[in-house]
Amino acid sequence: MFLIECPWCGPRQQTEFHCHGEAHVTRPADPDAISDAEWADYVFNRTNPKGMHYERWVHSHGCRRWFNVARDTVTDRILAVYRMGEKVPKVTP
Amino acid sequence: MTRYSVFSLVRNALSYHENWQRAWRSPEPKPEYDAVIVGGGGHGLGTAYYLAREFGINNVAVIEKGWLGGGNTGRNTTIVRSNYLWDESAGLYEHALKLWEGLSQELNFNIMFSQRGVMNLAHNLHDLRELNRRVHAIRLNGIDSEILNAQQVKTEAPILNVSPDSRYPIMGASMQRRGGTARHDAVAWGYARAADARGVDIIQQCEVTGLTVRNGRIEGVETTRGRIKAKTVGVVVAGHSSVLANMAGFRMPIESNPLQALVSDPIKPVLDCVVMSSAVHVYVSQSDKGEMVIGAGSDAHVSYSQRGGFDIIEGIMGALCELVPMVSRLKLMRQWAGIVDVTPDRSPIIGRTPVEGLFFNCGWGTGGFKATPGSAHVFAATLARDEPHPLAAPFSLDRFRTGHLIDEAGAAAVAH
Repeated sequence: MFLIECPWCGPRQQTEFHCHGEAHVTRPADPDAISDAEWADYVFNRTNPKGMHYERWVHSHGCRRWFNVARDTVTDRILAVYRMGEKVPKVTP
Repeated sequence: MTRYSVFSLVRNALSYHENWQRAWRSPEPKPEYDAVIVGGGGHGLGTAYYLAREFGINNVAVIEKGWLGGGNTGRNTTIVRSNYLWDESAGLYEHALKLWEGLSQELNFNIMFSQRGVMNLAHNLHDLRELNRRVHAIRLNGIDSEILNAQQVKTEAPILNVSPDSRYPIMGASMQRRGGTARHDAVAWGYARAADARGVDIIQQCEVTGLTVRNGRIEGVETTRGRIKAKTVGVVVAGHSSVLANMAGFRMPIESNPLQALVSDPIKPVLDCVVMSSAVHVYVSQSDKGEMVIGAGSDAHVSYSQRGGFDIIEGIMGALCELVPMVSRLKLMRQWAGIVDVTPDRSPIIGRTPVEGLFFNCGWGTGGFKATPGSAHVFAATLARDEPHPLAAPFSLDRFRTGHLIDEAGAAAVAH
């Protein structure tokens, strides 16, 4: 369990939030134009790294807003929190 | 390999148990093998054993970065059952259960398999209807399963609170009497000893750091103890499957989460079956030592930390104190987490990958232990014949492209 720095509410405990998986998974612009394998890659495949993970969280029991977190999946340390649409910060664990 | 028997026990007792032979060797890795298995858990060691015993492939190495059974094989709640809804799953898990039933004799190693029965509780009318549907589907597949009413549940497990006023009222349950528990470490050790006796090299403290792929074919593995060549490589690394796939240059439909379990201090026998509740996500049994073995949920975020959140423990213990009020008087001795490899349809992935000669057996998620012998057997057949075993064929990686998912997530809610 860890503390998460909500960009709007400040540091709150993890139980107030829900994690919704990998961030920056972009829906293909024209699904009809791509192969089944490419569509499966978008729908099912995930990076699932042992190390830096960029992921989406929502402050469900707080401001109910979404944001992105950069977290080291080995230590669970959060190295950056950034708002939706902001540039992905370059961080190393 | 010296056979274990009452005579060997007596003989060794006479020499104060100082002359027992080591259960397996610790050989130096050879430069080349016919097949390399990455991952020395139950599934990996079992694969090597069946390769040697059933398919005559003895020139095999099992490479383990830590110690045998130190991953999820030693971190689960030891439950074995085969009451799955879909035909594909029923085939695979029942194959495993049949192998469990003769495994101690086959391996000459007491894996303490105890068919004490597995009960799945229903807490509302919908649960009960769903369990009825599942029980009928399971029986149509020739697998034992029955429905119990609340009173029968109370008779089977008197420590349960079946009061209609409780927070989680018990309206009935499904019961698989052939299900039960097994000693998880013994499964790894038994397979290791039997595989070693057939010439398999078990190499511990050796981490795979890379997979050598040339022209779309596997040529071997890079390890912390040098390069090992092999034309066939089977990867059975549970939570680290995505990491290994990344080494070979492809992506997997898998996310890794910590799944927790805990045990209480040992008490006198109070529970002689396994109790599971999908609705509150708790499962509990009593070990032969007397500890209550409690399975909890998994964290929703990706993590390789082998530590789960305290909120998960709080949630599980709150629900368990309602279901089994006597638990509130127990102290918890240990708590731990294993990193489970969860697929979108909660079914495993067994078979070919985009790299020729490289096979994966993964995605067992929160329920791999029960499948150990079956998984190992069908994977060995797949490696040996270079084509999927009929029971493994539906569990191909390709199903995510074709859309032929085996949706146990929808079928069984959460528990597997």
